[in-house]
Amino acid sequence: MDEYALIMRHEDGTKIASPEQMEIWMKQTMDWIGGIAAQNKFVSGTGLPFDGARVVKTTNAKKVVTNGPFGEIKETIGGFITVKADSIDEAVEFAKGCPVLQGEGNTVEVRRIIKGDGVH
Amino acid sequence: MQQQELIPHLFRTEYRKIISVLCKYFGFAQMEIAEDIASDTFMTAAQTWGLNGTPKNPTAWLYTVAKNKAKNYLHHNALFKNKIVPEIKKASENFREEEIDLSSENINDSQLQMMFAICHPSIAIEAQIGLSLRILCGFGIEEISDAFLTNKEAINKRLFRAKEKLREEKIRIEFPNAEEIDERLAAVLRTIYLLFSEGYYSESTNETIRKELCFEAIRLCTMLVENRSTNKPEVNALLALMYFHASRLDARVNENGELVLYDEQDTNLWNPEMISKGAYYLKCAATGNTISKYHLEAAIAYWNTQKEDTKEKWENILQLYNRLLQIEYSPVAALNRTFALAKARGKEAAIIEAEKLKLADDHFYFTLLGELYTGIDNDKANEHFQKALSLAKTKTDKQTIQKKIDRL
Repeated sequence: MDEYALIMRHEDGTKIASPEQMEIWMKQTMDWIGGIAAQNKFVSGTGLPFDGARVVKTTNAKKVVTNGPFGEIKETIGGFITVKADSIDEAVEFAKGCPVLQGEGNTVEVRRIIKGDGVH
Repeated sequence: MQQQELIPHLFRTEYRKIISVLCKYFGFAQMEIAEDIASDTFMTAAQTWGLNGTPKNPTAWLYTVAKNKAKNYLHHNALFKNKIVPEIKKASENFREEEIDLSSENINDSQLQMMFAICHPSIAIEAQIGLSLRILCGFGIEEISDAFLTNKEAINKRLFRAKEKLREEKIRIEFPNAEEIDERLAAVLRTIYLLFSEGYYSESTNETIRKELCFEAIRLCTMLVENRSTNKPEVNALLALMYFHASRLDARVNENGELVLYDEQDTNLWNPEMISKGAYYLKCAATGNTISKYHLEAAIAYWNTQKEDTKEKWENILQLYNRLLQIEYSPVAALNRTFALAKARGKEAAIIEAEKLKLADDHFYFTLLGELYTGIDNDKANEHFQKALSLAKTKTDKQTIQKKIDRL
C-alpha cells in the first residue's frame, strides 16, 4: 500500500466564505475525512490557511517576497490530506468525495508519496 | 459487619495497601517476601479473630501484625545480616530497619508508585492487568481467573512471568520524573481502560466480579486524579468515560443473565449519580490544548447517557467519531461511526459507507449491515445476520443476533 497526497486547490483564492458557509464546509470535510478514516486509510490532514501567507520568487536574479498566496497563482492550495490506498484509482475515489469539488473549477490533485526507502 | 464478611472485605481493601508499602520496601527482587508477609498477616487474622473475636480496630491490628512479621523476617534472615545491613548503612543515616510506614500518605504514594511500576511498557498488557488486579486491587487468584475466563495455573504463570520481567528490567517502584510522566501515564491509562473493559464486556458469568473490575478501574483512576502530578486532562476524561459507561451496568443484564441492548434498557436502572460524576469529570477534563481519544470517547459516552433519539445527539456523535477515527482507528469506532451516520443521515447513506468498511471477519460488521438493511431489503438483511451468526463465538452474541433475525 502506498500513501497519496490529495492536494485541494481553489479556483479563486480571493473568494471569502461566510461563517455559515464555513461551518457547512467544515462539517462536510470532517464527514469526508471520517469516511476515509473509518476505512482505516487516513494518515493525516494539513490545512493551509490563506491569511498571512507569503510567496518568494526570483525576479531578475533577486528574491522577491510578496503577500501570498494570491499573487499570480490562480489555483490556490487550501490544504492537503494524506491517505493510504492500494492503487491510484482507489486514491482517486477518495478524492472524488472532497467537498471543495462542489465549487466549479476547484481541483483535487492526487500524487503518490515516495516511500523514501531508496527504492520506491 | 459480620465476622465472616469482615476478613474478605478487609482483604480487598487492606491487602493492596499493605502489599504496596511492603513491595516498595522490599523491592521487586523480593516481592514474594512482601506477598508472603501480607498473606500471612491475613491468615493470622483469620485464625486469631475466630478464637479471640474481632479486635476493636481491625485495620490497625492488621498493620501492626504486618509490621511485626516484616521485622521478624528481617531479624531472622541471614540475607539481611550479610547483604542488606551494609547496604542500609551505605544509604542514609535516617534509615531505620523497622521503619515500615503504613501512614495513609505513604500508602497512597506507594500505591501510585506501584501503579507506574506495574504498568510498565516492557510488560505484556495482560500481565499488567493481572498484576494490577492482584497487587493494586487485592483480587484473589481465583477471582482473577474467573474474570479472564481462564484457570488458576494460567494466571499464576502470567503473574510469575510478569514479576520476572520486573526483576530483569530492574524496574524501580517510584514516581516517573517530569519528562517521563506523560509517556508512562499513557501506559497506566491504557491498562486502567482495559481493566474497565474487562469488567464491562466480560463474558464471565460472575456478575459481582465484573462490576468490581469496573469499580476498581474507577478507583485507580480516581487516585490519579487526586494526585497533583497526575491530575491531567486526559485522566479526568478517562474517569468521566468510565462513570458514564458504568451508569448503565445495572441495566445491561437482565435476570436471565442476557445482555439487554441499549435501545431496550430500562432507563430507571441507569444510575444518575454516576452520570453526574461523569459530567463533573468531563468538565474538569475540558482544559489544556490537546484533545485525547479519551476526551472524544467521554463526549460520545456523555451523549449515550441521553436516551432521546434526537438529530442533535447523533450528529454530535457522528462528528466525534469522525475525529476519533483520525486519532486512532479501530473497527469498533468505524462501526459505531457508521451506526451514528445511519441515525443522523438515514440508512441509505450509511449502507454506502458500511459497504466500504470490508471488515470480513467481524460478526459485529455483518450485524450492522443486517440492521441497516432491515426495513429496506429484508432478504439482504437476513443474509448478513446469518453470516454474523456463523462468525459469532459467544453465547451472548449469538442470542443477540438471533433476536434480530426473529424480528425480521
